Amino acid sequence: MATAVTTRETRLLAPPMQRYGLLGWLRKNLFGSVTDTILTLLALGFLYLILRPLLTWVFSTSWAVIPANFTLVLRGSYPEEAVSRLWICLYLLFGLAGFSWGLWLRKIQPITFFVLLIPALLALIPFITTFNRMNLLVGEAIMLVAYAVGRFWPQRWQGFAGYLWVLALLAVPFILRGIGEPPLLLPVVMTNLWGGLLLTLFLAVFGIVLSFPLGVLLALGRQSNFPAFRLLSVIYIEFIRGVPLITLLFMGQAMLQYFLPPGTPTIDRVIRALVAITLFSAAYTAENVRGGLQSIPKGQYEAASALGLSTFKTTLFIILPQALRAVVPILVGQFIGLFKDTSLVAIAGMLDLLGIGRAVVNNPNWLGNHQQVYIFIGMIYWIFCYAMTYASRRLERTLGVGER
Amino acid sequence: MQKELGFSGHGRPPFWRDERILSILSQVLVVAAVAGAFYFLYSNLMAALTVRFGNNPISFAFLDQTAGFDIKEFLIPYSRESTYATAFLVGLLNTLIVAVLGIVFATLLGVAIGVMRLSANFLVNSIAGLYINIFRNIPLLLLLIFWSQAVFLKLPRVQEAIMFGPVFFSQRGVAVPWGIPTDSWPRYLYVLLGGFALAILVGIVLVQIGKRTGRMPIVSLWTLLIFVTIATVGWFVLPQPLTFSFPELTGFNTSGGRVLSPEFMAILSGLAIYTAAFIAEIVRSGIQAVSKGQREAASALGLTGFQTLRLVIFPQALRVIIPPLTSQYLNLAKNSSLAIAVGYPDLFAVAGNTIRNQTGREIEVFILIMGVYLALSLGTSLIMNFYNRRIKLIER
Repeated sequence: MATAVTTRETRLLAPPMQRYGLLGWLRKNLFGSVTDTILTLLALGFLYLILRPLLTWVFSTSWAVIPANFTLVLRGSYPEEAVSRLWICLYLLFGLAGFSWGLWLRKIQPITFFVLLIPALLALIPFITTFNRMNLLVGEAIMLVAYAVGRFWPQRWQGFAGYLWVLALLAVPFILRGIGEPPLLLPVVMTNLWGGLLLTLFLAVFGIVLSFPLGVLLALGRQSNFPAFRLLSVIYIEFIRGVPLITLLFMGQAMLQYFLPPGTPTIDRVIRALVAITLFSAAYTAENVRGGLQSIPKGQYEAASALGLSTFKTTLFIILPQALRAVVPILVGQFIGLFKDTSLVAIAGMLDLLGIGRAVVNNPNWLGNHQQVYIFIGMIYWIFCYAMTYASRRLERTLGVGER
Repeated sequence: MQKELGFSGHGRPPFWRDERILSILSQVLVVAAVAGAFYFLYSNLMAALTVRFGNNPISFAFLDQTAGFDIKEFLIPYSRESTYATAFLVGLLNTLIVAVLGIVFATLLGVAIGVMRLSANFLVNSIAGLYINIFRNIPLLLLLIFWSQAVFLKLPRVQEAIMFGPVFFSQRGVAVPWGIPTDSWPRYLYVLLGGFALAILVGIVLVQIGKRTGRMPIVSLWTLLIFVTIATVGWFVLPQPLTFSFPELTGFNTSGGRVLSPEFMAILSGLAIYTAAFIAEIVRSGIQAVSKGQREAASALGLTGFQTLRLVIFPQALRVIIPPLTSQYLNLAKNSSLAIAVGYPDLFAVAGNTIRNQTGREIEVFILIMGVYLALSLGTSLIMNFYNRRIKLIER
């Protein structure tokens, strides 16, 4: 007892805050020893060698190609008169994001303000039109209102937001593509007009949403007590993980028609690509989720069965929530991989973000702009991937991964 | 157990609630559904192929026909008179060379950056962090296309080639010094093989001695030393097995040395740079996973810094590093199929594109390609699993 008290007090007293000035910091981090100093000088020389030509190039190059093709990069050839639908989808997204943020994470943190300001921050991009700025500000308003609604939404209806997300995800493809005839309903925008960031995001979001349940099922199958399920899952997972995604994409584009009964109408090629990406990603999700399942101690199964829960209920309410929470960072890493892998559809001839980039640099008006275009597109990919990494780190902290 | 007890007074439960019967039934149903789906797809495929090819819907006979197209890079003799089978093999070898070299360079670069990331020096640490952050968050395909279109194709013309020592960078590719075998080269290969065998043998003996005495010698150093000694001695005993040829500027081209094509350099450097970022993270987390207490205990035992690294930190870090490293190697091998985007004739570009388009034998070509990639993946997995089992902690 006495020891415990002493330790506690010692911890309270120890270590005095060391305050370094700028010089102290420099000495500690850069010039601690002779080797350290040499390393620092080498690094400085390296930076000089890289940065000087790079900065010279950045400021002496014409970047006119970016504003001129900005719309193309964002939405491909999606027609001007249907643009309002994209805004409706974005409003849905902003509204739901604000609502969920208010509902699920009631504490206000600095990050809250940042997320709530995203549309307004986007409006600051220098070369977008006033119309788009107005729309972004409307989106901002929707997000803030939704946040306020979510903030005061009754706690016992928390599941509501989940259903809203499912509904929105079901609605988005129909809004984007349109159904029926012009006077009555939205006119159809063929998917070959979809492009740029729109297509990339579409493939990534629906790839993630569709592959996740399939992957969880496969992981459960692989851990199942039934040998037939186990065998089928293992064959599927190992086969898919053994071949490159591009073979699946090409098979989907070139050969799918052979496997269908003669006379079947041609399946939309965006859907074919989406199916290939989903099937591919599901195998990787399955392996990651399996890691989480294996980390659940046997006692959890026994306790659940002692409480009289059926296998189904045990899996759904006891095992999966714990298993999934344990693998959140790994799953986010994999989803980032999926987001990047959507760029492979460019090889199959689609005009996603990367495909549009290739099209722009091959445009005779913009010849010789390879570096600018690819760097800009790389920055867009980078922002999305980095945002996902950052969000996953926050989520990890909120869920308390590794603390329990 | 519980259920059987509960029903003991009433005999067996009805069959629709008997778990054993239900489990068998559900499995039979699922397997039947999967088999049915496959049969459906298969019969459709056969019907479609019979319409197209008549009596032999699936046949690999096309492999013996003349290919009739050129491949820019080949490691085995190839011309347009060669067969499709040879073309396929050329593509396969091109894939293998990129994959193997890519793995080597990615590992070297990745380990270096991973160690830099752990440096106490703020600047070194940040540079490594920046590298990892950038390359982990952009698509490989973008990097490859950027590398080939915006870097290697934008290099100056041959006359104004950039020189780094004896290496020439130009639009035509990278010219490097290259060895030209002389008459004694085949014999020298035997010397190298003998040296390799001897080095392995000595390594095994040293490990045995180490196990018996409890003092493990630095096995890798000794084996390397023996191999290098034999290689050097062999070099001088046989009269020079290789003569070196250096690239030179001759008018509108370079002569001498060996020119590595821009496509090859783009795919190789792209793969290595991209994968290195992932390997660096794996190495960093592996080394950080070794608990601080291990380092402290080692220094309490009086081990030097190098000994601590070699005997305590490294073996334990390796256990954490190997499994994710394996999957990175596999990814690199599979990602080499993106070579098609930079115009390098790898397996997928040669077979999946050219051969498939020329012969129309799409199913057969894809069976071959997928078979090769599966074999590669499973083979690498097997080797790495074997290695992993050897270095695994033996629990008592």
